[in-house]
Amino acid sequence: MRAGAFSFAAGDWRSGVYTAMKRQNVQQMAYVPDAGHASLIMACHADEDIGCTVLTTEEEGVALLAGADLGGQRGVMLMQSSGVGNCVNMFSLLKSCGFPFVTLVTMRGEWAEFNPWQIPMGQTTEETFKRSGFIVYRADTGEDAAAMTSSAVQLAYDSNCPAAVLLSQRLIGAKNF
Amino acid sequence: MIERREAVAEILKDRTENLLVISGLGSPTYDVAAAGDNPHNFYLWGAMGGAASMGLGLALARPDARVLVISGDGEMLMGMGSLATLGARAPGNLALLVIDNEAFGETGGQTSHTGKSTNLAAVALACGFRFVLTAHKQSDLAAMKQLVLEETGPVLGVIKTGLGELPRVLPERDGHAIRNRFVTATANRQFGESK
Repeated sequence: MRAGAFSFAAGDWRSGVYTAMKRQNVQQMAYVPDAGHASLIMACHADEDIGCTVLTTEEEGVALLAGADLGGQRGVMLMQSSGVGNCVNMFSLLKSCGFPFVTLVTMRGEWAEFNPWQIPMGQTTEETFKRSGFIVYRADTGEDAAAMTSSAVQLAYDSNCPAAVLLSQRLIGAKNF
Repeated sequence: MIERREAVAEILKDRTENLLVISGLGSPTYDVAAAGDNPHNFYLWGAMGGAASMGLGLALARPDARVLVISGDGEMLMGMGSLATLGARAPGNLALLVIDNEAFGETGGQTSHTGKSTNLAAVALACGFRFVLTAHKQSDLAAMKQLVLEETGPVLGVIKTGLGELPRVLPERDGHAIRNRFVTATANRQFGESK
Protein backbone atom coordinates (compact mmCIF):
# COMPACT_ATOMS: atom_id res chain seq x y z
CA MET A 1 0.00 0.00 0.00
CA ARG A 2 1.30 3.41 -0.97
CA ALA A 3 0.55 6.37 1.31
CA GLY A 4 1.46 9.66 -0.33
CA ALA A 5 5.25 9.61 -0.71
CA PHE A 6 5.60 6.64 1.62
CA SER A 7 5.66 2.95 0.70
CA PHE A 8 5.44 0.12 3.19
CA ALA A 9 8.11 -2.56 2.97
CA ALA A 10 6.93 -5.80 1.42
CA GLY A 11 5.23 -7.92 4.05
CA ASP A 12 4.72 -5.08 6.56
CA TRP A 13 1.33 -5.87 8.10
CA ARG A 14 0.92 -2.22 9.10
CA SER A 15 0.00 -1.59 5.49
CA GLY A 16 -3.26 -3.38 6.21
CA VAL A 17 -3.85 -1.30 9.32
CA TYR A 18 -3.30 1.89 7.32
CA THR A 19 -5.73 0.70 4.65
CA ALA A 20 -8.31 -0.03 7.33
CA MET A 21 -7.89 3.47 8.77
CA LYS A 22 -8.37 4.99 5.32
CA ARG A 23 -11.46 2.92 4.57
CA GLN A 24 -12.92 3.97 7.90
CA ASN A 25 -12.31 7.62 7.06
CA VAL A 26 -9.86 8.34 9.87
CA GLN A 27 -8.80 11.97 9.54
CA GLN A 28 -6.76 12.54 12.69
CA MET A 29 -3.95 10.45 14.13
CA ALA A 30 -2.26 11.27 17.43
CA TYR A 31 0.70 9.40 18.78
CA VAL A 32 3.44 8.91 21.28
CA PRO A 33 5.99 7.08 19.16
CA ASP A 34 6.84 3.43 19.38
CA ALA A 35 9.15 1.47 17.11
CA GLY A 36 6.31 -0.96 16.51
CA HIS A 37 4.24 1.85 15.00
CA ALA A 38 7.06 3.53 13.08
CA SER A 39 6.05 2.70 9.51
CA LEU A 40 2.39 3.45 10.20
CA ILE A 41 3.35 6.83 11.68
CA MET A 42 5.39 7.62 8.58
CA ALA A 43 2.53 6.58 6.31
CA CYS A 44 0.08 8.83 8.14
CA HIS A 45 2.47 11.78 8.02
CA ALA A 46 2.82 11.28 4.26
CA ASP A 47 -0.97 11.33 3.85
CA GLU A 48 -2.39 14.82 3.31
CA ASP A 49 -5.83 13.66 4.43
CA ILE A 50 -4.70 12.52 7.88
CA GLY A 51 -3.75 15.22 10.37
CA CYS A 52 -0.97 13.92 12.62
CA THR A 53 -0.21 15.23 16.09
CA VAL A 54 2.76 14.12 18.15
CA LEU A 55 1.93 14.22 21.87
CA THR A 56 4.04 14.81 24.95
CA THR A 57 1.93 12.31 26.90
CA GLU A 58 -0.82 9.91 25.93
CA GLU A 59 -3.60 11.57 27.93
CA GLU A 60 -3.41 14.53 25.57
CA GLY A 61 -4.46 12.20 22.77
CA VAL A 62 -7.62 11.16 24.60
CA ALA A 63 -8.75 14.77 24.95
CA LEU A 64 -7.55 15.64 21.45
CA LEU A 65 -9.61 12.94 19.77
CA ALA A 66 -12.64 13.90 21.87
CA GLY A 67 -12.25 17.41 20.47
CA ALA A 68 -11.88 16.00 16.96
CA ASP A 69 -15.14 14.13 17.45
CA LEU A 70 -16.87 17.35 18.49
CA GLY A 71 -15.70 18.70 15.14
CA GLY A 72 -16.94 15.67 13.23
CA GLN A 73 -13.65 13.90 12.53
CA ARG A 74 -12.67 10.33 13.30
CA GLY A 75 -9.34 9.67 14.94
CA VAL A 76 -6.97 6.96 16.10
CA MET A 77 -4.27 7.20 18.77
CA LEU A 78 -1.10 5.12 18.53
CA MET A 79 0.79 4.35 21.71
CA GLN A 80 2.57 1.57 23.52
CA SER A 81 1.29 -0.27 26.56
CA SER A 82 3.35 1.79 28.99
CA GLY A 83 1.27 4.85 27.97
CA VAL A 84 -2.08 3.37 28.92
CA GLY A 85 -1.65 4.12 32.60
CA ASN A 86 -1.00 7.77 31.78
CA CYS A 87 -4.53 8.05 30.40
CA VAL A 88 -6.69 6.65 33.16
CA ASN A 89 -8.31 9.80 34.53
CA MET A 90 -8.71 11.23 31.03
CA PHE A 91 -10.65 8.11 30.04
CA SER A 92 -13.40 9.48 32.29
CA LEU A 93 -13.99 12.12 29.61
CA LEU A 94 -14.95 9.35 27.19
CA LYS A 95 -17.31 7.65 29.61
CA SER A 96 -18.85 10.83 30.98
CA CYS A 97 -19.73 12.16 27.54
CA GLY A 98 -20.08 9.06 25.38
CA PHE A 99 -17.20 9.98 23.11
CA PRO A 100 -16.02 7.45 20.55
CA PHE A 101 -12.32 6.69 20.79
CA VAL A 102 -9.90 4.23 19.20
CA THR A 103 -6.35 3.41 20.16
CA LEU A 104 -3.87 0.93 18.71
CA VAL A 105 -1.46 -0.24 21.37
CA THR A 106 1.84 -1.98 20.79
CA MET A 107 2.36 -4.38 23.68
CA ARG A 108 5.46 -4.66 25.82
CA GLY A 109 6.09 -6.71 28.87
CA GLU A 110 4.41 -9.90 27.76
CA TRP A 111 6.48 -11.91 25.23
CA ALA A 112 10.20 -12.50 25.67
CA GLU A 113 10.50 -9.07 27.25
CA PHE A 114 14.02 -7.86 27.86
CA ASN A 115 13.20 -4.85 30.05
CA PRO A 116 11.67 -5.62 33.46
CA TRP A 117 10.34 -2.07 33.72
CA GLN A 118 7.86 -2.85 30.94
CA ILE A 119 6.25 -5.73 32.81
CA PRO A 120 4.01 -3.91 35.33
CA MET A 121 2.07 -1.79 32.81
CA GLY A 122 2.17 -4.41 30.06
CA GLN A 123 0.57 -6.95 32.37
CA THR A 124 -2.21 -4.59 33.45
CA THR A 125 -2.98 -2.95 30.09
CA GLU A 126 -5.94 -5.10 29.12
CA GLU A 127 -7.51 -4.94 32.56
CA THR A 128 -7.01 -1.18 32.71
CA PHE A 129 -8.85 -0.74 29.44
CA LYS A 130 -11.68 -3.04 30.48
CA ARG A 131 -12.12 -1.32 33.81
CA SER A 132 -12.24 1.98 31.94
CA GLY A 133 -15.12 0.76 29.80
CA PHE A 134 -13.25 -0.13 26.62
CA ILE A 135 -14.01 -2.90 24.18
CA VAL A 136 -10.67 -4.64 23.78
CA TYR A 137 -9.37 -6.60 20.82
CA ARG A 138 -6.12 -8.49 20.78
CA ALA A 139 -4.26 -9.06 17.52
CA ASP A 140 -1.71 -11.86 17.20
CA THR A 141 -1.45 -11.73 13.40
CA GLY A 142 -1.20 -8.97 10.82
CA GLU A 143 -4.54 -9.99 9.35
CA ASP A 144 -6.13 -9.64 12.78
CA ALA A 145 -4.56 -6.22 13.24
CA ALA A 146 -6.10 -4.86 10.04
CA ALA A 147 -9.51 -6.43 10.58
CA MET A 148 -9.68 -5.40 14.24
CA THR A 149 -8.66 -1.83 13.43
CA SER A 150 -11.47 -1.61 10.93
CA SER A 151 -13.95 -3.12 13.36
CA ALA A 152 -12.80 -0.95 16.26
CA VAL A 153 -13.19 2.30 14.33
CA GLN A 154 -16.58 1.35 12.97
CA LEU A 155 -17.84 0.16 16.34
CA ALA A 156 -16.48 3.14 18.26
CA TYR A 157 -17.92 5.75 15.94
CA ASP A 158 -21.20 4.03 15.20
CA SER A 159 -21.86 3.08 18.80
CA ASN A 160 -20.17 5.95 20.69
CA CYS A 161 -17.83 3.90 22.81
CA PRO A 162 -14.08 3.51 23.30
CA ALA A 163 -12.18 0.60 21.76
CA ALA A 164 -8.58 -0.58 21.94
CA VAL A 165 -6.65 -2.93 19.66
CA LEU A 166 -3.72 -4.56 21.43
CA LEU A 167 -0.96 -5.48 19.02
CA SER A 168 0.73 -8.37 20.77
CA GLN A 169 4.44 -8.35 21.42
CA ARG A 170 4.65 -11.65 19.61
CA LEU A 171 3.27 -9.90 16.52
CA ILE A 172 5.47 -6.81 16.66
CA GLY A 173 8.53 -8.79 17.70
CA ALA A 174 10.30 -8.79 21.05
CA LYS A 175 12.87 -6.05 21.45
CA ASN A 176 16.25 -6.47 23.10
CA PHE A 177 16.52 -2.85 24.21
CA MET B 1 -7.61 43.96 39.92
CA ILE B 2 -9.60 42.37 37.14
CA GLU B 3 -12.82 40.65 38.23
CA ARG B 4 -12.86 37.27 36.47
CA ARG B 5 -16.52 36.92 35.72
CA GLU B 6 -16.81 40.39 34.27
CA ALA B 7 -13.70 39.77 32.22
CA VAL B 8 -15.00 36.53 30.72
CA ALA B 9 -18.35 38.19 30.04
CA GLU B 10 -16.56 41.02 28.25
CA ILE B 11 -14.52 38.59 26.12
CA LEU B 12 -17.67 36.68 25.12
CA LYS B 13 -19.94 39.70 24.72
CA ASP B 14 -21.44 39.89 21.23
CA ARG B 15 -19.74 36.64 20.29
CA THR B 16 -19.95 35.58 16.68
CA GLU B 17 -21.57 32.32 15.66
CA ASN B 18 -18.28 30.81 14.49
CA LEU B 19 -16.86 30.93 18.03
CA LEU B 20 -16.67 27.54 19.74
CA VAL B 21 -15.78 27.63 23.44
CA ILE B 22 -14.39 24.86 25.64
CA SER B 23 -14.25 25.67 29.36
CA GLY B 24 -11.92 24.00 31.85
CA LEU B 25 -13.31 22.45 35.00
CA GLY B 26 -14.15 24.57 38.02
CA SER B 27 -14.56 28.31 37.96
CA PRO B 28 -13.90 28.79 34.22
CA THR B 29 -16.93 26.59 33.49
CA TYR B 30 -19.02 28.73 35.86
CA ASP B 31 -17.62 31.93 34.33
CA VAL B 32 -18.46 30.84 30.78
CA ALA B 33 -21.94 29.72 31.83
CA ALA B 34 -22.51 33.01 33.65
CA ALA B 35 -21.67 34.90 30.48
CA GLY B 36 -24.62 33.22 28.81
CA ASP B 37 -25.36 29.59 28.06
CA ASN B 38 -24.77 28.76 24.41
CA PRO B 39 -24.92 25.50 22.45
CA HIS B 40 -21.50 26.37 21.04
CA ASN B 41 -20.06 25.96 24.55
CA PHE B 42 -18.57 22.68 25.73
CA TYR B 43 -18.33 22.67 29.52
CA LEU B 44 -15.77 20.41 31.17
CA TRP B 45 -16.50 19.19 34.69
CA GLY B 46 -13.45 16.94 34.89
CA ALA B 47 -10.65 15.71 32.60
CA MET B 48 -8.28 18.11 34.32
CA GLY B 49 -5.37 18.99 32.08
CA GLY B 50 -7.22 18.11 28.89
CA ALA B 51 -8.92 21.36 27.90
CA ALA B 52 -6.17 22.67 25.60
CA SER B 53 -5.74 19.30 23.88
CA MET B 54 -9.47 19.06 23.35
CA GLY B 55 -9.40 22.51 21.81
CA LEU B 56 -6.63 21.39 19.50
CA GLY B 57 -8.60 18.41 18.20
CA LEU B 58 -11.64 20.60 17.62
CA ALA B 59 -9.64 23.37 15.96
CA LEU B 60 -8.02 20.90 13.56
CA ALA B 61 -11.37 19.37 12.71
CA ARG B 62 -13.10 22.72 12.24
CA PRO B 63 -10.77 25.13 10.43
CA ASP B 64 -13.84 27.22 9.60
CA ALA B 65 -14.43 28.00 13.30
CA ARG B 66 -12.56 29.96 15.94
CA VAL B 67 -11.87 27.77 18.96
CA LEU B 68 -11.37 29.42 22.34
CA VAL B 69 -10.38 27.37 25.38
CA ILE B 70 -11.02 29.19 28.65
CA SER B 71 -9.34 27.52 31.59
CA GLY B 72 -7.71 28.16 34.94
CA ASP B 73 -4.08 28.17 35.99
CA GLY B 74 -4.35 24.83 37.82
CA GLU B 75 -5.96 23.12 34.84
CA MET B 76 -3.41 24.59 32.45
CA LEU B 77 -0.51 23.62 34.68
CA MET B 78 -1.70 20.02 34.73
CA GLY B 79 -1.68 20.02 30.93
CA MET B 80 1.43 22.13 30.49
CA GLY B 81 2.94 19.59 28.12
CA SER B 82 0.03 20.23 25.79
CA LEU B 83 1.39 23.73 25.22
CA ALA B 84 4.33 22.05 23.47
CA THR B 85 1.91 19.94 21.44
CA LEU B 86 -0.16 22.98 20.43
CA GLY B 87 2.95 24.98 19.58
CA ALA B 88 4.26 22.19 17.36
CA ARG B 89 0.90 21.77 15.60
CA ALA B 90 0.21 25.51 15.43
CA PRO B 91 -3.41 25.76 14.29
CA GLY B 92 -4.21 29.34 13.32
CA ASN B 93 -7.76 29.17 14.66
CA LEU B 94 -6.98 28.19 18.26
CA ALA B 95 -6.75 30.49 21.29
CA LEU B 96 -6.24 29.71 24.96
CA LEU B 97 -7.34 32.05 27.72
CA VAL B 98 -6.14 31.30 31.24
CA ILE B 99 -8.00 32.90 34.12
CA ASP B 100 -5.09 32.98 36.53
CA ASN B 101 -5.85 33.52 40.20
CA GLU B 102 -2.51 31.95 41.14
CA ALA B 103 -4.33 29.41 43.28
CA PHE B 104 -6.26 26.17 43.32
CA GLY B 105 -9.53 27.93 43.96
CA GLU B 106 -11.80 24.90 44.17
CA THR B 107 -9.79 23.13 46.83
CA GLY B 108 -9.12 25.74 49.45
CA GLY B 109 -7.12 28.37 47.61
CA GLN B 110 -3.71 26.77 47.87
CA THR B 111 -1.08 28.81 46.02
CA SER B 112 -0.36 27.40 42.56
CA HIS B 113 2.88 27.49 40.61
CA THR B 114 1.85 30.69 38.84
CA GLY B 115 1.71 32.32 42.28
CA LYS B 116 5.29 31.31 42.87
CA SER B 117 7.45 31.08 39.78
CA THR B 118 5.70 29.93 36.60
CA ASN B 119 4.82 32.40 33.86
CA LEU B 120 2.37 30.60 31.57
CA ALA B 121 2.58 33.22 28.82
CA ALA B 122 6.35 32.81 28.71
CA VAL B 123 5.97 29.03 28.62
CA ALA B 124 3.56 29.27 25.68
CA LEU B 125 5.86 31.62 23.82
CA ALA B 126 8.77 29.25 24.37
CA CYS B 127 6.61 26.45 22.95
CA GLY B 128 6.08 28.32 19.69
CA PHE B 129 2.81 30.18 20.25
CA ARG B 130 2.53 33.14 17.88
CA PHE B 131 1.29 35.72 20.35
CA VAL B 132 0.83 35.86 24.11
CA LEU B 133 -0.46 38.55 26.42
CA THR B 134 -0.88 38.89 30.16
CA ALA B 135 -3.60 41.26 31.39
CA HIS B 136 -3.26 42.84 34.83
CA LYS B 137 -5.81 45.62 34.65
CA GLN B 138 -9.20 46.37 33.20
CA SER B 139 -7.78 48.50 30.41
CA ASP B 140 -5.86 45.48 29.08
CA LEU B 141 -9.07 43.61 28.27
CA ALA B 142 -9.70 45.21 24.88
CA ALA B 143 -6.32 44.00 23.67
CA MET B 144 -7.01 40.60 25.23
CA LYS B 145 -10.30 40.30 23.39
CA GLN B 146 -8.58 41.18 20.14
CA LEU B 147 -5.88 38.59 20.82
CA VAL B 148 -8.07 35.62 21.63
CA LEU B 149 -10.75 36.29 19.02
CA GLU B 150 -8.85 37.73 16.09
CA GLU B 151 -5.12 37.06 16.02
CA THR B 152 -3.69 34.13 14.11
CA GLY B 153 -3.13 31.27 16.53
CA PRO B 154 -2.01 29.57 18.44
CA VAL B 155 -2.29 32.38 20.95
CA LEU B 156 -2.45 32.38 24.73
CA GLY B 157 -3.80 35.08 26.97
CA VAL B 158 -3.49 35.18 30.73
CA ILE B 159 -5.87 37.28 32.80
CA LYS B 160 -4.50 37.85 36.28
CA THR B 161 -7.35 37.92 38.75
CA GLY B 162 -7.97 37.65 42.46
CA LEU B 163 -8.96 34.73 44.60
CA GLY B 164 -12.54 35.30 45.60
CA GLU B 165 -15.60 33.13 45.99
CA LEU B 166 -18.23 33.98 43.42
CA PRO B 167 -21.69 32.48 43.20
CA ARG B 168 -21.49 29.26 41.23
CA VAL B 169 -23.37 29.32 37.97
CA LEU B 170 -23.89 25.70 37.10
CA PRO B 171 -24.55 24.71 33.50
CA GLU B 172 -25.57 21.25 32.30
CA ARG B 173 -23.52 18.54 34.02
CA ASP B 174 -24.51 15.55 31.92
CA GLY B 175 -21.62 15.08 29.50
CA HIS B 176 -23.73 13.19 26.99
CA ALA B 177 -26.20 16.07 26.88
CA ILE B 178 -23.43 18.66 26.52
CA ARG B 179 -21.82 16.71 23.69
CA ASN B 180 -25.08 16.04 21.88
CA ARG B 181 -26.14 19.66 22.10
CA PHE B 182 -22.79 20.90 20.82
CA VAL B 183 -22.69 18.46 17.90
CA THR B 184 -26.31 19.11 16.96
CA ALA B 185 -25.69 22.86 16.93
CA THR B 186 -22.47 22.76 14.93
CA ALA B 187 -22.23 19.59 12.82
CA ASN B 188 -24.09 20.62 9.73
CA ARG B 189 -23.07 24.25 9.70
CA GLN B 190 -20.23 25.76 7.75
CA PHE B 191 -18.91 28.95 9.29
CA GLY B 192 -17.26 31.77 7.42
CA GLU B 193 -13.53 31.80 6.91
CA SER B 194 -11.71 32.04 10.18
CA LYS B 195 -8.13 32.75 11.07
